Amino acid sequence: MPVSDFQVVLGLEVHAQLLTKTKIFCGCTTAFGGEPNAHTCPICLGLPGVLPVLNARVLELAVLTGLALGCRVKESSVFARKNYFYPDLPKGYQISQYELPICEGGAVPVALGGVEKGVRLTRIHMEEDAGKNVHDVAADGSSGVDLNRAGVPLLEIVSEPDLRSVDEAIAYLKSLRAILMTLGVNDGNLQEGSFRCDANVSVMPRGSEKLGTRCEIKNMNSFRFLRQAIDFEVRRQVALIEEGGKVVQETRLFDPDRGETRSMRSKEEAHDYRYFPEPDLPPVRVPPELVERMRRALPELPHARAARYRRDLALPAHDAELLVAEKETAEWFEAAVAASGGAPEAAKKVANWVNGELARLANESGLAASAWKITPARLAAVLRLVDAGTLGGPGAKQVVEEVFRTGAEPDAVLGARGLAQVSDEGAIEAAVDQVLAASAAEVERYRGGNTKLMGFFVGQVMKLMKGKGNPALVNAVLRRKLGG
Amino acid sequence: MTRGAEELGRLGLAEAGDAVGRGEVSARALTEAALARIDATDGKIGAFLRVAPERALAAADAADARARGRTRRSAIDGVPIALKDIFLTRGLETTAGSRILQGFVPPYSATVVERLEAAGAVVTGKLNMDEFAMGSSNENSAFKPCRNPWDLARTPGGSSGGSAAALAARQVHGTLGTDTGGSIRLPASFCGVVGVKPTYGRVSRYGVIAFASSLDQPGPLGRSVRDAALLLQVIAGHDPRDATSSTRPVDDYLAPLEGGARGLRVGVPREWLAGGLEPGVERAVRAALQAYEAMGATLVDVSLPHTRYGIAAYYLIAPAEASSNLARYDGIRFGLRAEARGLRELYAETREQGFGAEPKRRIMLGTYALSSGYYDAYYLRAQKVRTLVRRDFDEAFRTCDLVAGPVSPTVAFRLGEKAQDPLAMYLADVFTITANLAALPGLSVPCGQDAATGLPVGLQLVGRPFDEVTLLRAARALERELPPPALPEVG
Amino acid sequence: MSLSLDEVRRIAALARLRLSAEEELLFQGQLSAVLAHVDELAALDLSGVEPMTHALAAGEPSPLREDELRPSLSPDEALANAPARAGTAFRVPRIIE
Repeated sequence: MPVSDFQVVLGLEVHAQLLTKTKIFCGCTTAFGGEPNAHTCPICLGLPGVLPVLNARVLELAVLTGLALGCRVKESSVFARKNYFYPDLPKGYQISQYELPICEGGAVPVALGGVEKGVRLTRIHMEEDAGKNVHDVAADGSSGVDLNRAGVPLLEIVSEPDLRSVDEAIAYLKSLRAILMTLGVNDGNLQEGSFRCDANVSVMPRGSEKLGTRCEIKNMNSFRFLRQAIDFEVRRQVALIEEGGKVVQETRLFDPDRGETRSMRSKEEAHDYRYFPEPDLPPVRVPPELVERMRRALPELPHARAARYRRDLALPAHDAELLVAEKETAEWFEAAVAASGGAPEAAKKVANWVNGELARLANESGLAASAWKITPARLAAVLRLVDAGTLGGPGAKQVVEEVFRTGAEPDAVLGARGLAQVSDEGAIEAAVDQVLAASAAEVERYRGGNTKLMGFFVGQVMKLMKGKGNPALVNAVLRRKLGG
Repeated sequence: MTRGAEELGRLGLAEAGDAVGRGEVSARALTEAALARIDATDGKIGAFLRVAPERALAAADAADARARGRTRRSAIDGVPIALKDIFLTRGLETTAGSRILQGFVPPYSATVVERLEAAGAVVTGKLNMDEFAMGSSNENSAFKPCRNPWDLARTPGGSSGGSAAALAARQVHGTLGTDTGGSIRLPASFCGVVGVKPTYGRVSRYGVIAFASSLDQPGPLGRSVRDAALLLQVIAGHDPRDATSSTRPVDDYLAPLEGGARGLRVGVPREWLAGGLEPGVERAVRAALQAYEAMGATLVDVSLPHTRYGIAAYYLIAPAEASSNLARYDGIRFGLRAEARGLRELYAETREQGFGAEPKRRIMLGTYALSSGYYDAYYLRAQKVRTLVRRDFDEAFRTCDLVAGPVSPTVAFRLGEKAQDPLAMYLADVFTITANLAALPGLSVPCGQDAATGLPVGLQLVGRPFDEVTLLRAARALERELPPPALPEVG
Repeated sequence: MSLSLDEVRRIAALARLRLSAEEELLFQGQLSAVLAHVDELAALDLSGVEPMTHALAAGEPSPLREDELRPSLSPDEALANAPARAGTAFRVPRIIE
């Protein structure tokens, strides 16, 4: 049976580092970087005699996230020890939650191809991150252990195996990521590993109800790698089944260099984590007062905002989705729309700029919208110049880029660089006349039926006018004079 | 040692503190005397794993400066004490009696150590113990056995053997131990001193090397009830660094101490006097119960039917928690590290060489009890039995204020007598274990001697949660009515 | 309840203990004896009994810590007891993932 006769079933586990100042069980900083073991204390080093105490902000963010995702937030939940030996796990156990997590149920709204779906969640729980193993720290090939990240707070968000394609999976992750970023819970950074995703992948014959054996895939730190990894894994599982083999439940690492998944040798033996309730931490209580406070603190979530854009501003779904991915960007967008009069036509133009040029410039510079030197008012000014015909397309791009870099006023840039578009009909006529006079042969071929030459004429006029001719007028004058 | 040093050694904790306060003796003199006594006697006793003379004398001098300036910090400011080597002491090697921590110098001190030092107590050194607090005789110390000052061929009890022996040998005026299944009460009983296990959560566990997290409690030992109460007053109280410590305000343990036993309802669990006790122990315990009646207390018959299941529950829960707590000893960040070519070998060799037989046994037992397929049948079941043990006490406390009985079925046994039979050793904990399982306060107070051997017998009192006041008052009343046997001369 | 030698080995591996052949036999016997005693618990009727997994009394306020920075150790302090180091990292034999 070809691959297409199989249905892939995906469940995703996201580990999101929480945006707190300090670690989950001690007061060390969560700041990135620092030389190895510069951000440690007896507690996160796992020295004899230490005890954990829960960071209140971690609890708040867990509740906030649970409320945002429509989960049942538990009034009482329990931390548990997950016991295993690994150098980056200093205590020899990870403090996590097992039988009684802080949230259950809930769903992540996902829009794909215009269809909205809620992908169900199984649970959300709090846990501590492990440190980092560093390879080849000495000539003999020794490894090193850096415990700066040990104890950084994580939320583990587990979905039901409701996803049925890689596209769905990526849409789910983008939606979840946008929500977490909007809540201020996580910074959404896949490359740095503050937003990590593991995938549970299985296949079953199309039309079947019985789920196949799943494999857990780890180490995919971009959406592109995620797609590659899942595609490979699906092909691997299908091939195995075709050959009469059986998929073995195991953990596999994605190798980005080869684009393949491979079995994790060190985790091959079935892990017996010997979970038991953490005796050093009493059950976590979430009083109604905390739930209420977090409920009041909920911001407008991305999908609600996108719906509002579609409804009130008649923005296409795709545009809206891009805008709401980051809260600051959406807020900037709204201010720019307001500064441009607030009508849907203006909104579309602003959206084009934000999702196009400004997104490009933001990516290059790494700046979030609140740090942009181009303010909403300045973009509105650019739009007015374009509407007035003073600026053409290319000119507007140059102005926006300069304002982004320097914070200058658009008028000033326009003047300084002489970018003003020429919309004086007289000047345009003169240029057109000049071009037509110098291109008699082409004029004849055009009038003979070769209308594609219009592009040539426009190009020549623009060249003569140093790109500043108002394109619409140039076209109109040319057509009139060529009689076409 | 000089006669002066010896005499100073006879002072109790409170007495010594008062003497410093009145300017009759300096902290330095007390400390030098303690160091001299330790030097003269510890070769025979083995109570100390390490002595810290410079640190102690510096602390003593500081205490003297405060005494001169009338800025003494507490009633025990300047008095020499010693600590079980399970308490982390900043800058001073701490081993938990194990080779796997040999050379470990902590960068921080336990909360209880900070409190004692803030009160001005002078830490003279770290005391011998069963490795990782696992044992009832101090024979599991990786370094050397500790001997009972009453009879050097016998054990002082464990796991806080050194804490009791150092007091019985009059080396220091007060000590700190920990109690997980009886490890303060048993050695106190075997050595004829007072030992208190506070209610779980009364005293901070931060900086105490963990054995069984839901059972461990630090506690004081003293040569008198007042001394133990004084130490408890200093160390008790909420610690924000210990999420299992109670926010309940600390009672005044000293003011009500002389309140007497009149009107007290003393519960006598029938399961605790149902046989299996050495005759000397039974006689002493019954004499103590009669003494309570003579003092105007009422004896009440109570039942603790789940007593016999306590050992089984304890020897599942404690090793399970220990197996997890001891996973951090891996040769990577501190302690012993074995030669190894690969990672797996590093773990296995380090732990094989570093742990003695008892920790290994308990790690094995605990790992098994938690492992897949066995968790429900073992660990979870044992936790349910714990609830039943607690209910037994709750029920008993409806008709009595505290419960009294033996600490141990025997007096101090000979070194080597039980070492070959772990199960026999475990079964000796039958009376003390239930207080740990039920998270209740308990203490041992001397109540006589075994006529045959001359060895001391302790009476155990177990009380309501956070009712150390009643226990101490009752113990003090007994101490007045039946003065404890004179401690041996170890010179 | 008697432990087989295989089980003893399995548990030792889980606990990262390299037992000698003698230790394996010794522990097999001793642990089996303890487990036999522990099997007494099997006879109890524990239906409806809640496990006492947390010893601290209910009614205590939830112990939480404010999200405020506290001083960390310096790398040298963190490594002060390290048996082997590489720069400021703890050194271990090569880890193969």
